[in-house]
Parts: sequence; structure tokens; C-alpha cells
Amino acid sequence: MASDILLDVKDLSKSFGGVQAVVNVGFTLNRGDVLGVIGPNGAGKTTLINLLTGFVKPDHGRVFYKEHDITGMPPNRIANLGLARTFQVMRPYHSLPAYKNLVLPLNSPRIKKAAHGKLGDRDSVAIDILEEIGFERDARVPYKLAGSLPLGYQKRLELARCIALKPEIILCDEVFSGLSMAEITSLIPLLERMVMQGVSLIMVEHRLRELFRVANRILVMNFGCKIAEGAPQETMTRDEVKAAYMGGGGK
Amino acid sequence: MSAQDRRKKRIDRSIKVRSEGLYSLSSWREMAYLIAPRLLLIGGLLVAPLVLDLYWQKVLCAAGIIAVLALGFDFLAAYVGLVCLGGSMFIGFGGYAAGLLNSSLALPPVLTIPLAAVIGACVSTLVLMPCLRLRGVYFAIVTFMLPLFTTHIIIALSLFGSTEGITGLDILPSNWWEQYVIVIGVFAILFGLRRIVTEDVGLIMMGIKDNDQAVLASGISIFKYRVLAVFIAALIGCFAGAYQAHLYGWLGLSLFAMDFSILPIAATVMGGMGTLTGPVIGALILTPLSEALRGFGQLRVVLYCFILLMFILYKPEGLINYLERKYHQFERWEKV
Amino acid sequence: METVLIYGLINSVTFVLMSIGFSLVYGVSRVPNFAHGSIYVLVGFLTWSFVNDFNLNYGLAILISLAIASVVGMALYRLVLIRLRGMPTSEIIASFACGLMIIEGLRLQGIGGFKGFIGPNYFLSPFFEGKIQILGVFVDYQRLIVVGAGVILVVALLLFTHYTKIGLSLRAIAQDEQAALMLGINSDRAAMLSMAIGSALAGLAAVIILPLGNVTAEVGYHVLVYALAVCIIGGLGSWTGTVLASFLVGYAMKISTFFFGALWESVVLVGTIILVLLLKPSGLLGKQKELEERV
Repeated sequence: MASDILLDVKDLSKSFGGVQAVVNVGFTLNRGDVLGVIGPNGAGKTTLINLLTGFVKPDHGRVFYKEHDITGMPPNRIANLGLARTFQVMRPYHSLPAYKNLVLPLNSPRIKKAAHGKLGDRDSVAIDILEEIGFERDARVPYKLAGSLPLGYQKRLELARCIALKPEIILCDEVFSGLSMAEITSLIPLLERMVMQGVSLIMVEHRLRELFRVANRILVMNFGCKIAEGAPQETMTRDEVKAAYMGGGGK
Repeated sequence: MSAQDRRKKRIDRSIKVRSEGLYSLSSWREMAYLIAPRLLLIGGLLVAPLVLDLYWQKVLCAAGIIAVLALGFDFLAAYVGLVCLGGSMFIGFGGYAAGLLNSSLALPPVLTIPLAAVIGACVSTLVLMPCLRLRGVYFAIVTFMLPLFTTHIIIALSLFGSTEGITGLDILPSNWWEQYVIVIGVFAILFGLRRIVTEDVGLIMMGIKDNDQAVLASGISIFKYRVLAVFIAALIGCFAGAYQAHLYGWLGLSLFAMDFSILPIAATVMGGMGTLTGPVIGALILTPLSEALRGFGQLRVVLYCFILLMFILYKPEGLINYLERKYHQFERWEKV
Repeated sequence: METVLIYGLINSVTFVLMSIGFSLVYGVSRVPNFAHGSIYVLVGFLTWSFVNDFNLNYGLAILISLAIASVVGMALYRLVLIRLRGMPTSEIIASFACGLMIIEGLRLQGIGGFKGFIGPNYFLSPFFEGKIQILGVFVDYQRLIVVGAGVILVVALLLFTHYTKIGLSLRAIAQDEQAALMLGINSDRAAMLSMAIGSALAGLAAVIILPLGNVTAEVGYHVLVYALAVCIIGGLGSWTGTVLASFLVGYAMKISTFFFGALWESVVLVGTIILVLLLKPSGLLGKQKELEERV
């Protein structure tokens, strides 16, 4: 069982100025897990992702990935180990066509190493990925400038950029927010397929109903602290979780 | 459906998207419209040395130097997002490298120009490396300061002939050499850069300009690519410097003068940032203009700055983009 | 050793004076004002010209030139920079071009009988002649005025930004433009104001410092470079950092002069910049975080 643990997070803390963004959060992620991270606004969910992917250096605490200590590594090295992430505020490479957006991850040392230096036809690979992720409806879309794509496509592009990296863990920062119901329902099978292919997910979300369709475990945060962790339905019935969400007086 | 099948189908579906520009094959007229302006530039530059008189031949060489510098500036500013206010640093480093190689090791210009370009580029890249980790205006500020400080240091430590400079360098064998080295240099750099910015390397650099964090999240080291970009630009600038040293046969602190920083910028903004052809055109217009105004002393610099300011305020797209638009409008005119 | 101590102090305060205007403008409006140095020399020449060509009273001449400087600063923002907000590349290039136009324009010859300020023949007279001996070192009064003015200026700025309404609104813009806009602070007006104040500060520095040497157009470049160097070392946009960096650079230069000779000053300056950028890329007190760290 021990070898199944992909990510082991211990006592992670970070404060910005006087604000404690993340306080002593620890959890483990097994291979094939889908971990939902939920909590009210300002609970430190995005900071947690930033900490895990190296965009922010933790004040203390350790992150182990496959039993290697990755705390404090630069983000690009962490990404090369197989932790891909999406961004909450999407900013695709707006001056490049959508499919050229994927040229960047396809040029990362991780992919180059896997391909033994032979990258092949990157454009075709990129369009394959885009079609797989839902760009198939209009053949012209992948060739449009990424900056001009509608929101739904930009979210997909964000995910495609992760998939192109062939990661072991994808950390999604609110991929559902701002999407219509129809768009979300078309994204969910995609996420499920990725999980089937052996990718683990950490999903920061506000859309609980949709999240619970994919997640098999959730972690609830409030004011930077982890207040609960467990199976989705069971966890949501706990008092402290209800209190955090309903704002009912704490205790 | 396998990836193979999908790819086959895709070829049918997206042929229109992938073949923009192919329409011109339909008639000679269409093709002429596309080829004419390109031919005009290339042919014009190649023929110019044959028809100009001696004075304007020298001006052509000077314009070529500015064009090369402007190409380097355009590449850094528009494709990598680094504004370099110190083009004169590159030209100075390249020039001094060439001068030292030539005067102390007695290497011929054929060797010193490429060698100096590489040496100068390495030095410039090393010096600029500390500020490449930062975004924003740091790069602009540091590049602005360095040429001035370099002159201070050269004077202070009386290095390399101090204020006198180095004289008696080998000059290029003949007039024709002088001109064709720079003209071919301009073309090589122009087409080389156009190649680079459509290759993966260039795409990654543009990605860094658009969104540096996503580049990091894609597992690519921003620093590495920025260093590479600065190296390329420095290589280009140092080539111009080395060429200039051998063109005039002497070099001095004037290599670090503000002219070499501001003229390429003016040429780039005038021609159109991010077009690569624009800077060349801009340099070909501005340099003769500045020659014509040589008698007026400082008026030249004021004039460039004025042109620069007007373009950046009122025609930020630059001449090339503007003309291209008008050209295409003209092309589609119908007689009523 | 006392020489180093005292002249280091004077040198440091000179740097503070030179750079505080640039730092203020960048801190408030995030515009790197590359025309800073040119406003400095512009004031120098204007004052000279008012005194010698128009026979104005020295004090009056200074006041008028300072007023002109702030108008120029405001005009620069209103006419040029306002159109380019949010495009750092264009902001830098445009302000750089304006600065060059002013500096080189001062050297123009032969247009409308204008002789151009060329050569080393332009001097501003010190406010008070004479010298005084401090700790066995001779210091002339003008240098003391530099120190005094520097201290007063920094204190005044501190009070201004912390206790007046305008000053507070400037700080608000500097910290969070969006929030300040919501609170009814006009960010364009604030930026314009900061340009006016910054330019006036550059001018003030000019009239205080320039009597120590002669006025040439090249001084404009040097002042700009020193201001930039100090701000880079201190961390762009940090006012405390600017003052701190001024002292670091000021003393580093004087100490190197004392031990190796005056020629090494610029070497030491470049060395300091590169060292600071290597050790702490965002400057001593820079708020701008390293690329890797910033989110």
C-alpha cells in the first residue's frame, strides 16, 4: 500500500504578512484518487495548490511526491516530475493559436525525455489532444487565436495544457466555475476518463454537486485549516463542515 | 477511432484553415501582389550597392548597422517581452571584441567578426543575467545603465586605449565587401529571426511574454529561454558592432553613444514592432534622413525622438502594418 | 577617515535628492519616468538663464524654474503617458524619447538665435560662499545645504504622504489602484500630481546640487543613471529602499575613492548593482517578488 501514495503533505503552512493563508495542512493522495478541496472563499485552497506546485514557498511543512521531497523546488521542476496544474484566472498564450499553446508543454523536458528527444509532429499531437478534450465540434477552433476563444474553450485549453504534460497528478483550480451546466456535464466524462487512465486529481471547487460526481474523497478547509477529510457525503454531514458553510456560530 | 483515422479526417476538414494564402496560386496577378513588395525590398537592397555613389554607399552601410540593431531590438521587445534600451552596449562589446582580436592577435576580419560576435554576446549575456529573473522594467533600466557605466569604467581604468579608442584596425578588403557583408547580414538575420519565431523556441518565448506562470506550470524554465533570447539578440548586436569596427578601421567610446540605442528603437517603432521587416524599413528611412541632417548637430537626435514619439502615440502599429492594410485595401478595389 | 564619513554622508544625501523624485513617480503611478534626468538639467539651465539672461533674482529664478518643471512633468503625463498606460514597453520608450528630446534640445544650436547650452561655461552660484571645518574636514556651505535640504525633504515627504489628504491618496494609489479608484480617488489625477511633484523634486535637487559643479547637458544622463541605479538597488517603488540604497551607494563610492582612488567609483557602483541583483533580484526592499515566487 505504501507505494501507492503519490503525494504526502505534512504540516504545510504559509502566511502572507499577518494573514495565515494555510495552517498545518496535511493529507495524502493515493494513485487514482480524486481529492476535492472545498471551503468558503479565502479558505486557502488556491494557496494550497500554489504551495504544492512550488509557485509559493511554504513557511514550514514538507511535500513528498513518490517519497521524494519536492518542497521548495522551482515550479518548472515540479511540473516536470508530473504535477500539472490549471490556473483559476485563465490566461492562455493569447497571441498564439490554440493548438500552438500546447507546443510549450510538449517541449518540456519531461515530454522530451519520454520521447527520447524525438518529438515528432507536435502540431498533430496537439490537435489530437484538443479534439480529445472537446474541440472536435468545429474544426477551425484549434487554429484560432487562444485569446479570442470563448470561456468554455479556454478552460478546456487550460486542461489540455495539463494533459499534454502527461502528468501523474493534475491540480485543477476551479475548472467548473463560470461554465454552463451543459459545459460542465461534458467536462465530467473527460475527467473520469483521465482518472481511468491512472491520473490522480486534486480539484479545488465551489460547485459541490458536480464535484461529488467525480471526487472519491474531499478535504474541507476554513481559514487555512483543514477541518475535515473523508468520503464526500459523510463528510458534508459533519457539524464543523456545516458550520463553516452555513456560518452557524462556529461550535 | 484511432488517432490515425482522426488525423486523416482532419486533413479534409481543416484544409481551408491551413491553406490561407494558397488562393494566390489561382492567378499570376494575385501572386504578383504578394511577391512584388517582398521582391522590391530584397532586390532593392541587393542592387543598391551597384547604383549608389560612394557617399550613399557609406550611408547604406550605416543604415545596415542600424537595421541589424533594430532587428535585435524588435526580437527582444516584441517576441520575448524584454525592452532593451542599451543597444549600444551590444555594439560596443562586439566592436571592442573585434578590435582587440584584430589589433592584439592580428586576426583577419573574416575571423574577428564572427568570433567577436560570439564573445561579445557571451559577455553581454553574462552581464545581463542577474536581471533576467525579474519581469517588468528591470531589464530596460539595467540595459539603459550599462553602456554608460561601461564608458565610465573604460575611462576610469584606461582600458583598451581609454578615450582614444583603438585605431589602425584592418578594414574590409573593398567597397563591395563592405556593403554586401552588411546587406547579406541583414537578410540572414531577418530570415533567421523569422524562422526562429515560428519554431518551437520562438513560440515558447512568446508564451513567456503572454503568461510566464503557465510556462512554468508546463515545466519549462523561463530563465533558460530568456538567456537564450538575450544571447541571440546580443549575437546580432555584436555582429553589428564588429562590422562597424572593421568598416571604419577604428573604434572608440562613441560605440557606446546614445545614437545606437535610440535609432534602432525609433526605426523599430516606425516600421512596426513585431513585424521584423518593419525595423529594416524604418532603418532604411531614418538613417539617410539623419545623414541629411548631419549639419544640424543635435537636431538629429531630437528629430528621431520626435518621430518616435509621434509614431508611438498616433501610429503605434507602425508603417509596415499600416501600409499592409492599405495595400490589401487597394488590392481589393473594384472599379465601379 | 573623517573625510570618508562626512563626504560619504553628503554623497549619500545627493543620491537621495537625485532619486527620490523618480522613486515617488514610480511608486505612485508605476511609470518609469526616463525623463527624470532631463527635467533635472532643464531646471539647471532655466535657472541659469533666468539669472543671467533675464537678470532675475536668484530665488525668484529658482521658484519659476521649479514651477516650469512641474508643469513640464504634468504635461508629459497629460499629453504623452496617459495614452500609453498599461503598456510598459511604450511607456518606457516614450518617456525615454521625451527625456532625450529635452536634453538634446538644450544643446540645439542656431534655431531662432538660440545658442544652445554647450561647453562647460554654465555655473549656478552657491547659496552661500565659504567653508566650515567639521571634525577637521573642510566642508563648504553648499554641501551642508545639500544635507540639510535632503533631510528636510525626506521628512517633509514622509509627513506629506502620511498626514495630508493628497499624500494619503497617492499612497492609496500606490498600494492598490483598483481599490483606490473605488474610493473615489482619480488615479490619473494622482499620477499627474505625482509627476508634477516628482519633477519639482528633480528640479529642487538640481538647484541644490548643481552649484557644486558646472551645468552641462550630459549631467542629465548621469543623474538619470544614478537615480535608476539607486532605485534598482533599493527596490523599485520602495521609498525607504531608495533612501537606504542611497546611503549604501554613497558610502560605497566614497570608501572606494578613499582606498583605490576616484576612478574606481563607477566600477564600485556597477559592482554593487550586479551584486545586489544577484543576491536579491528585487532590490533591498523591493516589493516586486522574484518571478518564481510571485503569484
